[in-house]
Amino acid sequence: MANPAVMSQTAAGFDAVSRQLEGPQGPKPRKRFSRANIFIYGTLIVVAFYYALPLYVMIVTSLKGMPEIRLGNIFSPPVEITFEPWVKAWSQACTGLNCDGLSRGFWNSVQITVPSVIISILIASVNGYALANWRFKGADTFFTILIFGAFIPYQVMLYPIVIILREIGLYGTLWGLVIVHTIFGMPILTLLFRNYFTSLPEELFKAARVDGARFWGIYFQIMLPMSLPIFVVAMIIQVTGIWNDFLFGVVYTKPDTYPMTVQLNNIVNSVQGVKEYNVNMAATILTGLVPLTIYFVSGKLFVRGIAAGAVKG
Amino acid sequence: MTANSVEIKNLDLSFGAVEVLKNLNLEIPEGEFLVLLGASGCGKSTLLNCIAGLLEVTGGQIWIKDRNVTWEEPSHRGIGMVFQSYALYPQMSVKGNLSFGLKNAKVPKVEIEERVARAAEILQIQPLLDRKPAALSGGQRQRVAIGRALVRDVDVFLFDEPLSNLDAKLRADLRVEIKRLHHKLKNTMIYVTHDQIEAMTLADRIAIMRAGKIQQLGSPDEIYNRPKTKYVAEFIGSPSMNFLNGDLTAEGFAMDGETVPMQGYKFANGAAPGPAWMGIRPEHVATGDQAQAMPYNADVTVELFEPMGADTLVWTTVAGQPFHFNLDGQHKVASGDQMKIGFDTSRSSLFDKSSEARL
Repeated sequence: MANPAVMSQTAAGFDAVSRQLEGPQGPKPRKRFSRANIFIYGTLIVVAFYYALPLYVMIVTSLKGMPEIRLGNIFSPPVEITFEPWVKAWSQACTGLNCDGLSRGFWNSVQITVPSVIISILIASVNGYALANWRFKGADTFFTILIFGAFIPYQVMLYPIVIILREIGLYGTLWGLVIVHTIFGMPILTLLFRNYFTSLPEELFKAARVDGARFWGIYFQIMLPMSLPIFVVAMIIQVTGIWNDFLFGVVYTKPDTYPMTVQLNNIVNSVQGVKEYNVNMAATILTGLVPLTIYFVSGKLFVRGIAAGAVKG
Repeated sequence: MTANSVEIKNLDLSFGAVEVLKNLNLEIPEGEFLVLLGASGCGKSTLLNCIAGLLEVTGGQIWIKDRNVTWEEPSHRGIGMVFQSYALYPQMSVKGNLSFGLKNAKVPKVEIEERVARAAEILQIQPLLDRKPAALSGGQRQRVAIGRALVRDVDVFLFDEPLSNLDAKLRADLRVEIKRLHHKLKNTMIYVTHDQIEAMTLADRIAIMRAGKIQQLGSPDEIYNRPKTKYVAEFIGSPSMNFLNGDLTAEGFAMDGETVPMQGYKFANGAAPGPAWMGIRPEHVATGDQAQAMPYNADVTVELFEPMGADTLVWTTVAGQPFHFNLDGQHKVASGDQMKIGFDTSRSSLFDKSSEARL
């Protein structure tokens, strides 16, 4: 596209030479409905519609009563708005023997996600820092093995981990799941932090060493204050990943300690009785609310952090 | 023992199979300003990092103030370092940057205040103390970086191309300031640069490095007038030295049918006849009447000329070989002009063809 600044400069130069202007001058006029614009915005609108429509259906259905749903018009807005399905999904829906809704799963998920996110990020950031700045002997081998871990399918490790957790007496507990999440988050988080710390100027690290700071001193006083964006990225990746996890949740916990996702599945897939679509929709939205909120709150920092890692790493 | 501030003994450093520094020896007396000069990749910054303790050496010793510091932490070596990118801690104020090292060394608060104030005064950065590095200009940042070494009361200052990121004018200003600082503090300073003007103006002695070895260690005057190798002769001086291809004989330097008498030339190891290079600096070439009086003179044709203001660089051919020399910038020349040039052979440098060592 034409740069208006360049255009006006050229025009000014022309002016100085001949003192009279003919033909095109100043910023080039743009057509609002040019073919390119129609194509770009058309595509965007179609894609946005495609993604927004299911969400619309979910919200609308969750606000209807069952009689209205049976009419079958899934796109029509609710005639009578009711929040009954939401209340039921949160506090009354039955999964197995418990009939206290998703709230039990929500608190389980909170108890799993918060420690997993904090512990995995703490360890991975120190890992990444050590790998980036303290090139200890065997660092490359260590890193290669760690990254290799990211490519092993989870299913392969399910059963061995069941045995390990059983042997250390953590099978079926929330802390067992916390340990599993922490370990499985390690490869990708370490890579993320290592790349970020490598992108910081090496001379800063050297200067801090000359100034007498040691391993932890440099980490806490020099590196941490410069790495907020990458911590936000790591936090978003971990919160969404762990909150949305189903496989580990269903394998390593018991009905009492099921995370929200597993409970949601049990509510939606329960075969007895009437299918309560409105309750199912409300439960699904409730479950997805946490990652959504995290995105909305820290989206800008997320983009900045990803960009920082991408360009410099 | 003599008061050597820094001694480097048989230093080796290799990264895997790549030898970066080879059996390097260097003694730096107390209070000297030593410049390590060389093209990129010659190992000069690596050597500085070894002295600072930021790189582990493969072999040899490093002594600072008669103390073997080969295995010491950087902060226990009595050195302060100034980096090319300034390396100021972005989240700390100028004051925070200056006091970081002192806090790590657990210096009492009152003394930190005093030392920071004194350094700020020397470097004239008192008004900037509460600012963040992002709010400083390049020159101010470099002053703060120097201040960080200054507050710690170190024995040796290490500079790693500190002026390379600055624009030309600021670089000249700060160069003078560093020189003034050295006169005032009288610390030992080791300064790495690839800029020969910085080296010539600042140094008490220059060490010219190439491929991990010191080619010549000497005063700027020695390096300029009596380069030990052809490489040093080529590296120092701008525009660079002319090299004429010929043979050293008993009568003088023979090339293209004529023999240049070498009476005034001081041979380093006696005149050994054989193929050789004769090096003449463009600024040592005389023209016109002065040329007539020189031991060697010739008539040449101007082929090209480059006006540079104070001087004009003229390109021509001497004895069938390309040759360039400086002419007063006010002297009018044109391509094709005939001119008489001459030079004093005692100011030239002769190098053996195969070993490239000074004859």
